[in-house]
Amino acid sequence: MALPQKKQQKSDATAARLSALNLPEGGAWAREARGAAKARVEAMGLPHPRDEYWKYTRPETLVAPQAPKAATFAPYESAVFGDIDRVNLVFVDGVFDPARSDDPAIGGVEIEPLAGVAAKDIHWARDLYGVLEARGQAPVERPLAALNTAYATEGVVIRVTGKAAKPVNLSYLQEALDTDVMIHNLVKVEAGADLTLLENGPAAGRLSKVLEVEVADGGAFHHVRTQGRAHERRAATHIFARLGKESTFKSFTLTVNGALTRNEAVIEFTGDDAVAHVAGACLGDGKDFHHDDTVFITHDAVNCESRQVFKKVLRNGAVGVFQGKILVTPVAQKTDGYQISQSLLLDEDSQFLAKPELEIYADDVACSHGSTSGAIDEEGLFYLRSRGVPKAEATDLMVIAFVAEALEEIEDPVIAADVLSRLEGWLHRRRNG
Amino acid sequence: MLEIRNLHVELAEEGKKILKGVDLTVEDGKVHAIMGPNGSGKSTLSYVLSGRDGYEVTKGSASMDGQDLLDMEPEERAAAGLFLAFQYPVEIPGVGNMTFLRTALNAQRKLRGEDEISSADFLKLIREKAKALKIDADMLKRPVNVGFSGGEKKRNEILQMALLEPKMCILDETDSGLDVDAMKLVAEGVNALRSEGRSFLVITHYQRLLDHIKPDVVHIMADGRIVKTGGPELALEVEHEGYADILAEEA
Ligand SMILES: Nc1ncnc2c1ncn2[C@@H]1O[C@H](COP(=O)(O)OP(=O)(O)O)[C@@H](O)[C@H]1O
Ligand SMILES: [Mg+2]
Repeated sequence: MALPQKKQQKSDATAARLSALNLPEGGAWAREARGAAKARVEAMGLPHPRDEYWKYTRPETLVAPQAPKAATFAPYESAVFGDIDRVNLVFVDGVFDPARSDDPAIGGVEIEPLAGVAAKDIHWARDLYGVLEARGQAPVERPLAALNTAYATEGVVIRVTGKAAKPVNLSYLQEALDTDVMIHNLVKVEAGADLTLLENGPAAGRLSKVLEVEVADGGAFHHVRTQGRAHERRAATHIFARLGKESTFKSFTLTVNGALTRNEAVIEFTGDDAVAHVAGACLGDGKDFHHDDTVFITHDAVNCESRQVFKKVLRNGAVGVFQGKILVTPVAQKTDGYQISQSLLLDEDSQFLAKPELEIYADDVACSHGSTSGAIDEEGLFYLRSRGVPKAEATDLMVIAFVAEALEEIEDPVIAADVLSRLEGWLHRRRNG
Repeated sequence: MLEIRNLHVELAEEGKKILKGVDLTVEDGKVHAIMGPNGSGKSTLSYVLSGRDGYEVTKGSASMDGQDLLDMEPEERAAAGLFLAFQYPVEIPGVGNMTFLRTALNAQRKLRGEDEISSADFLKLIREKAKALKIDADMLKRPVNVGFSGGEKKRNEILQMALLEPKMCILDETDSGLDVDAMKLVAEGVNALRSEGRSFLVITHYQRLLDHIKPDVVHIMADGRIVKTGGPELALEVEHEGYADILAEEA
């Protein structure tokens, strides 16, 4: 019997992609994890335009066996976070480059390249690698993440045992044309430990990136990334986080440019009294810009706080998508969930598509969500101009004011100032045009 | 010197006529007051002079020191020395008041071809001006006008005026919503700025502000026109007789 059309298309596309890839060599644990992930991909099939969570973002270029052509962009982003005292680990076209990286030996943290870890037969990574990703496949499938688990050979594996002496920065340089890269990072923050992870740069023409993070009781993980200014890059990124009792997780992403970006975050509270904030600011210019934030936060513990703050500034036909969900299970009393997604449309050609969702099975919770789309506030603009601020500069100030709530999610003032200066630079380069 | 000649203005979208031939000259160093019932067009006049969108000038002119105001962008008018203290100051969440004030001051200096002020000098300047208006550090740190009380907003307007040192200051109902103490503070701020080269156009519905800011000339505006002009005694007349009687006399 013939499969229905969508199912057939999905299975054909999946088969085509898988046949173009080879499962990497590896040690015992990695072979097992990759094999299981490949089986997940085969069972789910890769994303299809008619899948529930792919209605607003076309998955074809992320799924196709061949990545689309992609020029590089000079000057690339190596300077982002460059003034911050950090351990810098450099990936060139998706491959870790120890020669261009700092010595990763710092207090409170053990850092190993994924390639070395995966070659071993036994490693603690086994308990995390692909494990959080697999948990994050229900109730919404994320097959691109499973594909990454199966085929990624590059990334870092980080164990945080105390307070990290410095932030760890991953610089993803894109130097060759038409690169197609998968990166898989693991972070295990042990009880009471604390790490700030920075990421910057486009990494590749087509990037698949997974970050799995476990934060044990009382641990803290801060994450700030900028995704690179390359116009033709495409990226599907996933963050899977599992949070223990009284832990803190905060992630912020700045996205400017890029033909297609899909950032997914899947966060699960498993211990009480924990906090998770996911935030993003995106600036898009032109009809070749498409940015998608898809977030799923599961409250499965008591008295946890989650915040989702996403701001999108769109102009000249740029498209922004937000799909955010808060799921509160029956045990998750005293949940405090907040979600705001807003777009500032600088013209009538740009578009914001939002799908905010709340699903609540506990009765003693405070959850709120809001989604808005609007033009620049003319009153505010006139007020600034009446004080002598030229229109272009006043518009930029209004844009910065608009994204401020997302930027405030970055705790470290020095890192926040660096991100703000990138944002200002982007706006400044586009003044009057 | 501000010169307004036979100014006719309508709402750009609806075509509704609001100003129907305003004539007004404010000489350097003078304080003129405009009084008039609600809806007579006072705010519209202030907005048209400062360059807000949405109004169409169908006839007449407005110039400052011989420069055609109506031909300039709002920021150019500001740099040329025009300042409007808004009847309803605008809240701008996300922009710190301090950043706003420094950006405005530097933007004007730049438009005039002057150097930017250093951070240290700016801090010194703003602290001094804020102190006189009893504006505390917290109000400077907060986003522009967000969470400010009515009185705080009006004081913040006067702070901007004190900082920017405009030549031509238009105050649109700066007294509304102020208690007596706050009004005195605002009036002191304005009086401190009075000087030979600086003129004021004080728009108010009530006479009481004019007890504190003594005008040289008082105009009564009704239905989009200046219908009566006189000295400070005209404000007292309004106070005692109300607008209806005065307008009836003029009709
Ligand atoms: N943007 C606008 N839209 C509609 N009506 C307006 C607008 N601005 C002013 N008006 C009308 O113009 C008239 C004059 O208003 P305004 O200038 O605010 O008067 P005043 O400041 O003297 O109270 C009023 O009838 C008011 O309703
Ligand atoms: Mg008014």
